[in-house]
Amino acid sequence: MSEGTNSVIQKISDKLDVFINSIIGVFKGFILEVGLISVFAGQSVRLLFAKPYRYVEISKHMEFIGNQSVGIITLTSIFTGLALSFQVYLGFKLVNAVDLVGPTVALGISRELGPVLTGLIVSARAGGAMAARLGTMRVNEQMDALDVMGINTKQYLIAPRIIAAVVCMPLLTALFDFMAMFGSWFLCTKLVGLDHAVFLSKIRDTVEVHHIAEGLLKSAIFGFMFAVICTYKGFNTSGGAKGVGEATNRGVVVSMVSIIILDYFLMNLIRIYYLIVGIAR
Amino acid sequence: MSAAENGTNQKPPPEYAVVLDNVKKSFDEKEFVLKGIDLKIPKGSLTSIIGFSGTGKSVLLKHMLGLYRPTSGSVKILGKDLDLFDNDALTIFRCNFGVLFQSAALFDDMTVFENVCFPIEEHRRHLSKGQVEVIALEKLKMVGLDPKHNHKLPSQISGGMQKRTGLARALALDPEILIYDEPTTGLDPILTEMVDNLIVETHQARPGTTSIMVSHDLHAAFRIADFVVMLDAGKVLLSGTAEDFYKSELELVRKFVDKGIKH
Repeated sequence: MSEGTNSVIQKISDKLDVFINSIIGVFKGFILEVGLISVFAGQSVRLLFAKPYRYVEISKHMEFIGNQSVGIITLTSIFTGLALSFQVYLGFKLVNAVDLVGPTVALGISRELGPVLTGLIVSARAGGAMAARLGTMRVNEQMDALDVMGINTKQYLIAPRIIAAVVCMPLLTALFDFMAMFGSWFLCTKLVGLDHAVFLSKIRDTVEVHHIAEGLLKSAIFGFMFAVICTYKGFNTSGGAKGVGEATNRGVVVSMVSIIILDYFLMNLIRIYYLIVGIAR
Repeated sequence: MSAAENGTNQKPPPEYAVVLDNVKKSFDEKEFVLKGIDLKIPKGSLTSIIGFSGTGKSVLLKHMLGLYRPTSGSVKILGKDLDLFDNDALTIFRCNFGVLFQSAALFDDMTVFENVCFPIEEHRRHLSKGQVEVIALEKLKMVGLDPKHNHKLPSQISGGMQKRTGLARALALDPEILIYDEPTTGLDPILTEMVDNLIVETHQARPGTTSIMVSHDLHAAFRIADFVVMLDAGKVLLSGTAEDFYKSELELVRKFVDKGIKH
């Protein structure tokens, strides 16, 4: 082989090394981050049951995560119900099965769209605010102040937020499901002229309690996850205002991506559970 | 046998609030931020820790507070070795400290009054709301904050008032050790003097309380402190009274003293 060829091969080999090393680096970083978040989650869960119980803090965060999300959840769910129903109606009209629009939308909303969209909306709104608030407290030395006052910062700042998110998410998802179905009912019966009684009876025949419970369970898990991720990012903020911005951004992005990925795995786990206990899907 | 009994006039040995014995700290196991600090701070004294930026003052302070554990050596606070505490015990032990932060670090979602009530409510759970409020009002009065500001948020009061509130909060649990972390950095000369005087008045009003001030401000250190400790490159360069510093022939001390006097 000529010297020129050797040199080209050497260059390609070097670039390949850099590329592989960077992939390994990213993978290692990911594993490390997951490990750190898991440890953080473990410590926080242990503190959920530690005294003193922070009822006031929990209710304050429930008001913020729950009450203050009602408006945005109501608005987005109604329009999700309207849009989804119209698309399903157009599709089912081609095969002359418009009676199935109601149950199809109901199953899709209660099992998938309800928990996932609620998770995405609330993690963006409340999760982002959590990360920003904790990040600001970190860079302004307020967390140090809590530490030196002899107050367990994780127990005071993190645990109440996790509890509030886990409690509020199923409630908000139930609201999402109900309002989305209201949107669907409105479109089907008032705009495209489907029969009201048929719409309701088909839903009653198809949707069972465990379908709704499945969605609510998933939403509680999503609540736990975004609360842990966003509080972790906020808790470990460094670098002033820039750091707070980055922590908020990362907290929200990681939470949203994780919700979508986790949803797929939860769906399969629940399916396996149904097969084991013999519940027909 | 006491000094009187054995017929001598020897003073009893001083009790120490803080004892650091050969404390070393490294964050990456390569470079040491603290390279063997030996330090004894007598109970009831007002001690100032000075030094150029990056000499390890803040790291040293965090060791005293138990926020960092030394890589080697020991930190004893009020006779207790912090290394023997687990994290939960250490959290509780920190009630012995009151800290005034550089930024005052007030909780921005609480009013001035709530900020001072907060540590009392957290640690004196047996007290009624009325009793907590009486203590908080007393602490706010002690630092000279006008009661008309009590129900304002920290963002609605001046920097000087924030420092006063921060000090009232630090005093809330009647700590044995008061720490001032660069209390005058970034303040104008008038406010600096006000804070310095506040530190001296607080120290004099609470005999037995040990005050430790970390500062760049040599003027204040020499004016108000009983003892001054100068750090350099993670070691104690010189410790003693202001007089010892003026007399010192060490080049770095001279440089620092000259700059401080010019300032």
